[in-house]
Amino acid sequence: MTDLAVGSFPGALAPRRRFVLLRRLAAHRSFQIGLVLVALLALAAIFAPFLTSADPSAMKVRFRFRPPSAAFPFGTDNFGRDIFTRVLYGARVSLWIGLVVAVSTGVIGAAIGVLAAQFRRLDPFLMRCMDALMSFPAILLALGVTAALGPRMDSVIIALTVAYVPAGARIVRASALVVRELDYIAAARIAGASNARIMIRHILPNSVSPLLVHVTFVFAYAILSEAALSFLGVGVPPPTASWGNIIAEGRDYATEAWWVMLFPGLGITLSALGLNLLGDGLRDVLDPRLNWRA
Amino acid sequence: MSRLIAVRILQAVPVILIVSVLAFLLITLLPGDPAVLIAGDQASPEAILAVRHNLGLDKPLTEQLAIWFLHLLHGDFGSSLMLNQSVLSAMGERLPVTLSLAALSILITLPVGIFAGVIAAYYRQTWIDSFVMTLALLGVSVPAFWIAILSILFFGVYLRWLPTSGYTPFLPNPALWLRSLVLPALMLSLFQIGFLARMTRSAMLEALGQDFVRTARAKGLSEWKAVGKHAFRNALILIVTAIGILLSTAIGGSVVLEQVFALPGVGRLVVQGILARDYPLVQGVMLIYGFAFVVINLSVDLLYTLLDPRVRYD
Repeated sequence: MTDLAVGSFPGALAPRRRFVLLRRLAAHRSFQIGLVLVALLALAAIFAPFLTSADPSAMKVRFRFRPPSAAFPFGTDNFGRDIFTRVLYGARVSLWIGLVVAVSTGVIGAAIGVLAAQFRRLDPFLMRCMDALMSFPAILLALGVTAALGPRMDSVIIALTVAYVPAGARIVRASALVVRELDYIAAARIAGASNARIMIRHILPNSVSPLLVHVTFVFAYAILSEAALSFLGVGVPPPTASWGNIIAEGRDYATEAWWVMLFPGLGITLSALGLNLLGDGLRDVLDPRLNWRA
Repeated sequence: MSRLIAVRILQAVPVILIVSVLAFLLITLLPGDPAVLIAGDQASPEAILAVRHNLGLDKPLTEQLAIWFLHLLHGDFGSSLMLNQSVLSAMGERLPVTLSLAALSILITLPVGIFAGVIAAYYRQTWIDSFVMTLALLGVSVPAFWIAILSILFFGVYLRWLPTSGYTPFLPNPALWLRSLVLPALMLSLFQIGFLARMTRSAMLEALGQDFVRTARAKGLSEWKAVGKHAFRNALILIVTAIGILLSTAIGGSVVLEQVFALPGVGRLVVQGILARDYPLVQGVMLIYGFAFVVINLSVDLLYTLLDPRVRYD
């Protein structure tokens, strides 16, 4: 993450800025809490097979609806499946979807934003397309796209990316429009740099900070939206565990077995919370205009 | 100024066109044969042929698009397959539910969110700021459908204060209507309050840092006048831009919450439509919402331009 921030200040200043930014990030309270939360959840997801010996879809009807206990820390569901295991494996699915959506939103958003800023002829067309996509409420757009592509993990990823790219593209375009007027871009042009080189080496790195902040928030939104889509039955299909579909399944017997839907919801909340805190920290440090701590 | 407004309105025209094309593509881009998908796997070849013909899928793509636009110009947004009803009338029947839900939640959101944000900014770096902002952060991090189910369990099942689900029309008994909507609206506004409070805080911090606020204080204006009038009015300009986003998230969130609370609104209709593969219905609803938000976003833009004389067209 910080590597990207480094890229935003090319030239001789880079090493010093890098340390200043890193130190400020490390000292930032929300960033610290967010980093710990996200790191813990990510580790839990990555090492899920080592944290639990159970199989997420193994059904033991004998043990159905067991409340949380030493044997089943989060209890069991109507099929006797271990909720702790399902939440851990659900974290893999939910966090992975969030990560891929965040990264692809960043890459595609950056590409569209820089292209729009650099080629003024393309700009109106690209931006009107982004406006059009932004006219649909994000979750409805994602719902429409997953409906068309079918309830699969990759359709959820595509749908959420389509929903979140426009805002990213706008953000990159806005800062790229400022950067391209700066003297060193003119200097690069005089030195014979090609359009592609100017876009990738000069404009993009300097427009990346606001995008990085945005992408962190998109990560959080994507986790929330994936859960909502899976809850509605158009996201990740069962029996694959995702936080959203565990809640959907647990909902029907929430009065008798509250634990089934409680823990995946906590997982969603904690990861969105952690990412939002990370985003807040990044914004405070990377956008000095709003930085009241400095 | 009038040139700026004219440009903005003109920009909305291509957006409307693109929104229509995007909605059109929703069916055409279905992987495989849309007619087979819509008719179902077990459908006879005749039934598939009939669907294909009825939806005009047997014509070339450009011709389909031309027909699509022709229908739109006549105010024809397609018909639902499962309801045997035009999308407009199906949506019209359910829109009051969704709109009352969204309106109620915005009504809760605006005062609470703005107040929380202003207080947090004014008492920045104190425990008040941390407390309010932690709550706001929770608001934007908690999945609405999950906290909604928990709230049903608590207020509906455990305390029995409120109905667990269902909708009561406004007439003849508005009190029952309010009772059926208060929990969904509250749950819908949690995210929005958090979002608005966070946005208001940044806007206020920026305004409070401006020279004119220092000047206002220096020339002896009361704190109320310096903060309430000078700073807040400037922050308000930024807050206005949030209205479009708030409406959009309210409509989006209603899709999920109508499902949780079994409210017969447009969101529930869309979800039912998707599960029943009623693509023309989904397409029509998305199109109508898309059009509505082009107009809403345009109005917010214009409002912003009117409120802030510094905005000029580049």
